[in-house]
Amino acid sequence: MVLGSVFAVLFYLAAIILVIGVASRVARYAQTPAPLVIPTTPAPLTRTGVAARMAREVVFFESLFKGSKWTWLFGWLFHFGMVVALARHLRYFTEPVWWWVAMIQWIGIYAGMAMFVGLTGLWARRLLVDRVRYISALSDHLMLLLLLAIAGSGLVMKYVQHTDIVSLKAFTVGLVTLDWQPLPADGPLLIHLSLVIALMLIFPFSKLLHAPGVFFSPTRNMRDTPREHRHIAPWARDLPGAGPDRS
Amino acid sequence: MLKIEFETPPLGELLTTPALQRDAMAHSRPFVAKPEHQQGLGFPGKLVDDWQDVALAKMDELLGKYRSLPVFLDACVKCGACTDKCHYYLGTGDPKNMPVARQDLLRKVYRRYFTLAGKWFPRLVGAVELSEDLINDWYSYYHQCSECRRCSVYCPFGIDTAEITMAGREILAAIGMGQKYSNEIIGKVHIIGNNLGLPEPALANTLEGLEEEVEEDISVPVKFPLDQHGAEVLLVTPSADFFAEPHVDGLIGYAKVFHQAGISWTLSSYASEAANFGIFIGNYENMQKVAQRIRQAAIDLGVKRIVVGECGHAWRVAYSFWNTLIGPFDFLDPAYPVPQHICEFTYDLLQRGALKLDAKANDDKVVTFHDSCNVSRGSRLGSVPGGQFTIPRELIRFACSHFVDMAPDTIHEHTFCCGGGGGLLTDDLIELRVKGALPRAQALQQVIEQHGVTHMAAICAICKSQFSKVLPYYGMEMDMIISVHQLIGDALVFDSQH
Repeated sequence: MVLGSVFAVLFYLAAIILVIGVASRVARYAQTPAPLVIPTTPAPLTRTGVAARMAREVVFFESLFKGSKWTWLFGWLFHFGMVVALARHLRYFTEPVWWWVAMIQWIGIYAGMAMFVGLTGLWARRLLVDRVRYISALSDHLMLLLLLAIAGSGLVMKYVQHTDIVSLKAFTVGLVTLDWQPLPADGPLLIHLSLVIALMLIFPFSKLLHAPGVFFSPTRNMRDTPREHRHIAPWARDLPGAGPDRS
Repeated sequence: MLKIEFETPPLGELLTTPALQRDAMAHSRPFVAKPEHQQGLGFPGKLVDDWQDVALAKMDELLGKYRSLPVFLDACVKCGACTDKCHYYLGTGDPKNMPVARQDLLRKVYRRYFTLAGKWFPRLVGAVELSEDLINDWYSYYHQCSECRRCSVYCPFGIDTAEITMAGREILAAIGMGQKYSNEIIGKVHIIGNNLGLPEPALANTLEGLEEEVEEDISVPVKFPLDQHGAEVLLVTPSADFFAEPHVDGLIGYAKVFHQAGISWTLSSYASEAANFGIFIGNYENMQKVAQRIRQAAIDLGVKRIVVGECGHAWRVAYSFWNTLIGPFDFLDPAYPVPQHICEFTYDLLQRGALKLDAKANDDKVVTFHDSCNVSRGSRLGSVPGGQFTIPRELIRFACSHFVDMAPDTIHEHTFCCGGGGGLLTDDLIELRVKGALPRAQALQQVIEQHGVTHMAAICAICKSQFSKVLPYYGMEMDMIISVHQLIGDALVFDSQH
């Protein structure tokens, strides 16, 4: 029960830091104006068009596809493997398990593998391509190691050393319902959970901010309508050069 | 006379990614602005004593004024997609010319002073203090970026290195390390009204000379009006159009179009410049002040429309920023877009059948088109996205029978900067300019060999000046580069029926 309580506390702490940390960055992005109209053109003329551009960017990594096919392939495998694997994990937090979560269980395993392959490919590029190695800091390597270890320890529990899934589910459902339960003291499970907690703690202070950041990128989220709509930032409205007669 | 020794890179195969050559261009830096160039723009005359504090305070201020900065500095994951996209990297192999590495020069300072990770674990995340060495790197490498935005096309988060370069330059100017070339020119615009410092009498004289020259040439009394109150159109064009080759042939082309269309127009001696180097130094206030002259001239002359001549960055400022900086334009005729590009203007006339072109006049030419970076990725022509690519090409096809495009990776949104944009068109950076032109020169060489291309048309004064200067380094003729409106002007059929 001690183990269960320690991990429960750590999870709550990490969740609070993750939410507050990301929210404060997002608030910062949202409050800072983009004083000039700077979409990378050709750009959409309508808000619907911008939403479509952003969707293509977030779902298909459109720009990255133009930039580097290998990075695109590995990056996409990793990210969408992760999304599906995360969705698969919902079964540990819901009782009864939602029908669609039950349905994707079998894909979730392949998704975990895709994640592992994608991360390995990305790290190989980081190590082998001289240009990418040059721009990598220690943290860039460690981030990949962390994610690989999370994916790897997850796969180990599936294929090598099964964990007591019934007790685990009691623990995770207990987290959600604030009814703390013991946690099975299995090596791979404890490693897996500790690394996930670490990832949650690192998220708001690292390049993982690219996830919320992309939605605030002015080169991607602005319309190409500067002649039709006057766009002006509050601080620019007050400049002497703005003139007295301007709306 | 400045003498810089360097080797022109071999043309080689199109878009070969070079191996890293560390510090290959660390010696490249433009002249620092003199006190008189700095002070006129509101910057300190020389390096201030507490430059570190001033630089960090400026960075803090910019982080709060431009959302692009915190988002771009936080979001980069070092994926490397941009690393082989910059023409200066492709031409020099210097790793600090990879867009992400250029950003990192500023990002590592941002992390050190403005993020928890960098404050607590600087070595882990590559955060460093703002040292004198680093400031020198900033000065060197933020003047090896032409703000062309090519990297932003390929970035999964749309990170635009131009925004980082502009911030870097603005901080440098704020501590007294502005760049001479850009700041001296902005000073001339503030005082005289154009980049060249060409006063009204000299301009009037030049335009009279052009009238005589054109009339002698084609026996048509094409006018080049100056300060004509009540004209329909105010034309603002880069001042290079008044005298430089091949620019002036473009100006003659615009004048012929106005003449044949029967639309009254005028230049302004007060706002005799479309260029706005305020964008290059990333300074909102200076950009606004430069643009303000044009608004004032339009009001004073009582025109109904403003048309902008062939100039890339000027068009970005005019199209994307004017409404913000000096709008609203409620004193102009709402029937026309404000501002309107000369290519849009001519294209519109052609669509309406108001002009007749005879492509035979250019039958001696096989023409390709160089998309200018600021037009391609920072603005638009016409009413649909991508009009900046189709309209100039259609104009060329109206005016000549033989047109071919360069390799797809080097045109449209993928186009390469000429190598001289972004405030780098100065002799003290000639090595950088030559090397940065490599990708475009490679693509041009390919169409010369495969299609016998004789001319490359462009709609940017900087591109035209740059190519005239650097193409000979690659064994090509300097007069290969021409204005789109030179082709139009030469093909225009003068017909009193129209």
